[in-house]
Amino acid sequence: MEWLVSLAIGVLTATGVYLTLRARTFPVVMGLTLLAYAVNVFLFTMGRLTIGAPAIIDKTAASMQYSDPLPQALVLTAIVIAFGMTAFLIVLALKARGELGNDHVDGLILAREEQAEQLRPTDAPPSAQGSHSPKKEAN
Amino acid sequence: MTNLTAWPVLLPLIAGFILILAQTGGIYLRRTISFLAVTGLVLLGCALVSTSLTGQYQVYLLGNWTAPFGIVLVLDRLSALMVLITALLALGALWYAITTDTDNKGTHFHALFQLQLFGLNGAFLTGDVFNLFVFFEVLLLASYGLLLHGNGRLRTKAGLHYVVINLIGSTLFLFAVGALYGILGTLNIADMAARIAVAPADDLGLIAAAGLLLLVVFGVKAAMFPLYLWMPRAYANTSAPVAALFAIMTKVGIYAIIRIHGTIFGSEAGELAQYYAPWVLGLGLLTLLLAALGVMAARGLREQVAYLVLASVATLLIGVGLMTPAALSATLYYMIHSTLIAGAMFLLADIVLRGRGIYEDRFEAAPSMPNAIAIGSAFMFGAIAMTGMPPLSGFFGKVLILSAALDHPWFAGAIFIILSAGLLTILTMARSGSFLFYRTLPENAGLTAAAPGEPLNRMAFAAVITLFFAGPVLVIFAQPITAFTESAGNQLFNSTAYIEAVLSTPAVMEITKR
Repeated sequence: MEWLVSLAIGVLTATGVYLTLRARTFPVVMGLTLLAYAVNVFLFTMGRLTIGAPAIIDKTAASMQYSDPLPQALVLTAIVIAFGMTAFLIVLALKARGELGNDHVDGLILAREEQAEQLRPTDAPPSAQGSHSPKKEAN
Repeated sequence: MTNLTAWPVLLPLIAGFILILAQTGGIYLRRTISFLAVTGLVLLGCALVSTSLTGQYQVYLLGNWTAPFGIVLVLDRLSALMVLITALLALGALWYAITTDTDNKGTHFHALFQLQLFGLNGAFLTGDVFNLFVFFEVLLLASYGLLLHGNGRLRTKAGLHYVVINLIGSTLFLFAVGALYGILGTLNIADMAARIAVAPADDLGLIAAAGLLLLVVFGVKAAMFPLYLWMPRAYANTSAPVAALFAIMTKVGIYAIIRIHGTIFGSEAGELAQYYAPWVLGLGLLTLLLAALGVMAARGLREQVAYLVLASVATLLIGVGLMTPAALSATLYYMIHSTLIAGAMFLLADIVLRGRGIYEDRFEAAPSMPNAIAIGSAFMFGAIAMTGMPPLSGFFGKVLILSAALDHPWFAGAIFIILSAGLLTILTMARSGSFLFYRTLPENAGLTAAAPGEPLNRMAFAAVITLFFAGPVLVIFAQPITAFTESAGNQLFNSTAYIEAVLSTPAVMEITKR
């Protein structure tokens, strides 16, 4: 059983890392979710794997086997936090898609506008564009 | 008296809840509640520092469960100091946000601000690693909201990077905590330290790996090389009061390294005693070098200040990596200085930006801004303090760290890098000061009529001046303050006393029975 669980954690982590390194926001969100799953299973196994044992110590039972309740509590906390964070990240990715015009993590349209701005003659001051002109962020 | 320990966590939490409920009550009500809560936090911070002077650990058992089983809040000199610095910085940032009307750009600024303080104070006081993770998440989630407060495409872009890297950091944190729990069977910092001393030799490699993984996580928070790339852009593009408050956020990472690694891998840890110190020192030196180059390459004042914050973080990392009580004491002194002055510099950069209209804070020739003499004097003051020139507190802090470095085998490299980075930042700050204040265009050049700069907001400027007062105050009262940081450094090195104080605190019921 141990090797199966560790294999599952490994595959989840590897997939998560691969997706997190993608350039579009949706795969990144998926990758972070998979990483969160991997870490949840990992936390769970850190209490050692037991089957059919209660999460309390039963002194009357013949075998003193019990499953560690603390990792279960930790996983519960981690699941809630990861869920909240993922929801926030999705909303932020949508906002970035709306504002930057594409779902690239670096906002490619922004980079193109900056290039266009740099081709303009530099002696004229840049036109005012609210409080955030894109010029000061060229790279 | 131990109940005082829980209040820095409770007060912002309660204020945050009230602020969410008071959402319909208008901006003035929200400002009043928020301001009162932060003022209360400053008073509370002073009270905590004065109780910590006795040198005893104030341990508060949450839910009255004794130490290895329940979660504890522990107050010692370091955490009291951190709570006080945070409160002072928050007061300045909040005053600036109110006077410039920045808080009115979104409904939840004050609620997020209080929840941010809740997370920060919780992280400074907790004595449990998993609880530290939870408080990290609280302060991060609040910081995501604050970072995106107001709008702007650059802010969204920088915010996306910030959120993603911190989510990865949280995942790594859980992996490290899980591994440590799997080997040691405990999450209480004191109990972990006690068990590492008797851990079997087979497990030491795993424990060391988990410890370094934790260092990576705190390195993300502290913006340590090579994990700092998210930081300058996020800080440069957010609103000024938020950037000022974030000056403490990188210090949370430093604090966590001092607290967790300093206690768990302290001198009692046998083979693993302080095995992480060379990493912290080496990476700190590299970070300092790159931060100095970043300061030189910055094209706007806000970006430059963000790199200056990175330089101060690197100096703190070097102090932590030197691993002597004297170095730690110097680090704490420099921490007070760099947090308050860097916060003020972010606010000053915003004042410059407002004064220059469409030229913003870019290093270009522009028409002279209103009240250029007052702002320029403040800039010179801040630049002297930040770059560590005499007679202000930055100089004192650096001298203390350098003199502590003399006993270290790497002293030549460390001193060379600290001094040359200092020289580079001094040159660059002089250059940017002359760009912003001396190289001015005539009055009616360019588009000044279309978008003139705002006149100086005196009430907001007061916040900058008040925070800058930390510079002279830290020098004038250097003797009592260094005495305090010295005793804090010695207290941190005495991890046996910490372990004993936490693990031997009785539950409240047992006291009443006697």
